[in-house]
Amino acid sequence: MSRYIVNRLLVSIPVFFGITLIVFGLFALSPGDPVINIIGFASYVEMTPDQVEAVRIQFGLDQPWIIRYFRWLGDALQGDLGFPFKGSMSVTELLMDRLGPTLVLMGSSLLVSIIIGIPVGVIMGLRQYSLTDYFLTVVVFFNLSIPSFFLALGSIYIFALKLDLLPTSGMQTIGAPFSVTDRLLHLILPTMVLSSFYSGVWARYARSSILEVLGQDYIRTARAKGLLEWTVIARHAFRNALLPLVTVVTLSLPQLLGGAIIVETIFQWPGMGMLGWRATTTRDYPILMGVTLISASMILLSNLLADVLYGLVDPRIRYE
Amino acid sequence: MSPLLEVKNLVTRFYTEEGAVHAVNGISYTLDKGESMAIVGESGSGKSVGVLSIMGLIPTPPGKIEGGVVLYNGQDLLDLSAREMADVRGKEIAMVFQDPMTSLNPVLTIRIQLTEALERHLSMSTEAASDRAVELLNLVGIPNAKDRINDYPHQFSGGQRQRIGIAMALLCNPGLLIADEPTTALDVTIQAQIMELVGDLQRQLGMAIIWITHDLGVVAGLVEKVAVMYGGFIVEMGSVKDVYKRTSHPYTLGLLESIPVIEGSDQQLIPIPGLPADLLKEPHHCPFAPRCRFVIDRCWEENPPLQIVTPTHQSACWRWQDIQALHSPDAAAALEVTTKTQQLAEDMAAAPPDILLEVRNLKKHFPILEGLLRRQTGAVRAVDGVSFEVRRGETLGLVGESGCGKSTTGQTILQLLKPTAGEVILDGQDLTKLDKEALRQARRHMQMIFQDPYASLNPRITVGEIVGEALDIHNIGSKASRQNRVIELLQLVGLNPYFVNRYPHEFSGGQRQRIGIARALATNPAFIVADEPISALDVSIQAQVINLMQELKEKLGLTYLFIAHDLSMVRYISDRVAVMYLGQMVELSDRNRLFDHPLHPYTQALLSAIPVPDPDREATRTRIVLKGDVPNPANPPSGCRFHTRCGFATEICQRKEPEFRNLGTAAVPHHVACHHADQFL
Repeated sequence: MSRYIVNRLLVSIPVFFGITLIVFGLFALSPGDPVINIIGFASYVEMTPDQVEAVRIQFGLDQPWIIRYFRWLGDALQGDLGFPFKGSMSVTELLMDRLGPTLVLMGSSLLVSIIIGIPVGVIMGLRQYSLTDYFLTVVVFFNLSIPSFFLALGSIYIFALKLDLLPTSGMQTIGAPFSVTDRLLHLILPTMVLSSFYSGVWARYARSSILEVLGQDYIRTARAKGLLEWTVIARHAFRNALLPLVTVVTLSLPQLLGGAIIVETIFQWPGMGMLGWRATTTRDYPILMGVTLISASMILLSNLLADVLYGLVDPRIRYE
Repeated sequence: MSPLLEVKNLVTRFYTEEGAVHAVNGISYTLDKGESMAIVGESGSGKSVGVLSIMGLIPTPPGKIEGGVVLYNGQDLLDLSAREMADVRGKEIAMVFQDPMTSLNPVLTIRIQLTEALERHLSMSTEAASDRAVELLNLVGIPNAKDRINDYPHQFSGGQRQRIGIAMALLCNPGLLIADEPTTALDVTIQAQIMELVGDLQRQLGMAIIWITHDLGVVAGLVEKVAVMYGGFIVEMGSVKDVYKRTSHPYTLGLLESIPVIEGSDQQLIPIPGLPADLLKEPHHCPFAPRCRFVIDRCWEENPPLQIVTPTHQSACWRWQDIQALHSPDAAAALEVTTKTQQLAEDMAAAPPDILLEVRNLKKHFPILEGLLRRQTGAVRAVDGVSFEVRRGETLGLVGESGCGKSTTGQTILQLLKPTAGEVILDGQDLTKLDKEALRQARRHMQMIFQDPYASLNPRITVGEIVGEALDIHNIGSKASRQNRVIELLQLVGLNPYFVNRYPHEFSGGQRQRIGIARALATNPAFIVADEPISALDVSIQAQVINLMQELKEKLGLTYLFIAHDLSMVRYISDRVAVMYLGQMVELSDRNRLFDHPLHPYTQALLSAIPVPDPDREATRTRIVLKGDVPNPANPPSGCRFHTRCGFATEICQRKEPEFRNLGTAAVPHHVACHHADQFL
């Protein structure tokens, strides 16, 4: 198993370089001049071409992009992701600063969506075509189809503005001393919005998965043994139904990170999504490359995690 | 003494979107303590639904038990609550299922799956339950049971899994064991092992058995009485002798006639025409009337109830006396015994052989890749040096158990798989040396009929497109002439040309296989590989398809390589027969010679394992039961590959690979790969 993991990580290395190369190239080749964003449009129109060129040289932007890529790569391999075009914190510091909040939001949303979504799906499957099933199906479709910005604004309006139960945005009350309760209160709304969609997704998968498993021969065998229905479901059906869900959930991890952009922006959550979005609008390549590095690793790790978990829950799969 | 089980007027229906499916329409039977009984029928006959209703395992909805009484030890099981029924299941009545590959839970160890029933019904401690589980595994013949009890199902072979399934059913010493086609998914030599095991266990433990099967042959030597089901009714019931020897229902007769008898192949198969009963219709007339050749007006007016033939024998036919009279000696002659196929084979043997296909030292190895760089660490030797000839106009039967390489041989000959080594010469042309375009051209002359008529037809295109596709690919004829050709082909295989714009799902299994045959015939091929063309079909439909293939062969002068595991069908259709074991050919000869005087111990075991639909012969004959499973083809045994399972093996067999030599005459050659074959001459 550990040999398998090491092998997989080694295979990931060229993929990893490939991703950074392609993303760097795409950014560099897309139209638009980053110098405008560095010095601001107002100064840009006032400066002489020579002055503009000087800024370009100062930031190394006069070089062909492939040379800039390798320069960036060389620094990155030494742990230096450089400085953003604007601001004083290094990219590494910025990322470290933002990674924590994103992981907190992502983790809590994932947890909540699994805790709600999978049991709901299992209940729907067990009560197929019943009133419960139809009712939950409608709820799930609501969760899946309502846009997250709408749900976010709506929930802010109701819970924060009207009922005044929860804070509107941010990760903590500004100026107040650190308090777990305060942090949790700030976490509730964005988690609710994010997990709403994903619990719908897991519920759909769990429903079809349990239905498929219930039709299997070994469930009939379990019933023929005279086991109680509860044992049949809990011991025989549930674990098998979980197999496809493991893959679906782990492979959605990177999406969950990306999907956080809208929610993070609306709730002013200081996470990776917001950082990446701002960097894109200002063409801040160093930050963008940093965000790419993080999301690429997330994708590769999620894939690996999916395979490893699958091997753990399904005894028929053994890695060498 | 009151019977152990008494079923009275059991009615089970399924309410589906198309309407009510009348699966079981009032069946009644009794079973004494320790008695064994078989329920025989084809798919849709209600044989499984009948016993699942007893067990309370019918999925509700859509299923519903509409009426009847099921008395077990005097108690009506249909009155029990779900909870009370769960107390009976597994403890009093246990069940073994058809497919051992899917009926065990893949993610739980067999220890968990065995002990849970003991913990539930007998409140045993974990250790006591484990001990009992090991005891049962030993009883059913799982080697090293104690060490293997924590293994998962996938770590056992198919036969072993079925043994585990049987052990699971016997844990709580049930009074009644229901076996639902427990050998259907198994190879013939493994089937023999399981049948012997169940017979032994029944004698040892004294339980009653209901054995569900579609194969009259399987149960002839195994049970005391037989109920034959059709369209949700029991149509004939009686002692084994009554049903097989004094057959009194046309459906039973039809079933017996559509199975070739292994000893004499001169009797033509008489298929039952038409399709199985439509269960969506309320049965007002005899359900078998639409397919019955003895039908009279009364059959359409009134559904015959079970009538007493003798106190132990009942038949649901108005004309049971007439049917039974067919068994008198002069009536047997009237059953039209033909020797046509026999004659043909002899003519063929006399003429100098005209070779259509020559296979020389054919090998197909599948590499086993391991590690990061996918290095090859070994090979599965699926086909490992096979040589034979197929004469023009003959049918060569290729038999063997699953994993012996027979299907791979067929696919490699057609170049659907690239051979690892060897030559395949079709009509003077070595197919292995052709380039892509030349091979594409050559495909016109060789076609394949596939095993599964459900999976092998594209569900998104019409029958006309399926059949005509090859004509388009090879650019044969004009558009109009292609259309005519498709119509002609459909008529040729006995389908209404009106079906040309329908999709495959609208057809029954037998009809789909006809479509598959029409597709194969489109380009007028000379050579056809038929890979288990009937194994997915019901018994009565099998005979229809086999007869069609036989007819087409004579009409169009086709040459078949007929791959199958059903030896009696192979004897029936083939001129010569080849037997494969672990990627190699062990015996090849004229079919009568091979079946009557097999020279290879493996062929002998295979032939002896075939169940015969005749209780007298089943009672007297001895079955050679092979020990163990087929070895791994990635690591075949040294010398003769069969020596690990052979009763005649000596030291030379382990050391030296036997030569494939002719022990027959020049006119009727008989090739065999065995060091000790001479003693069987």
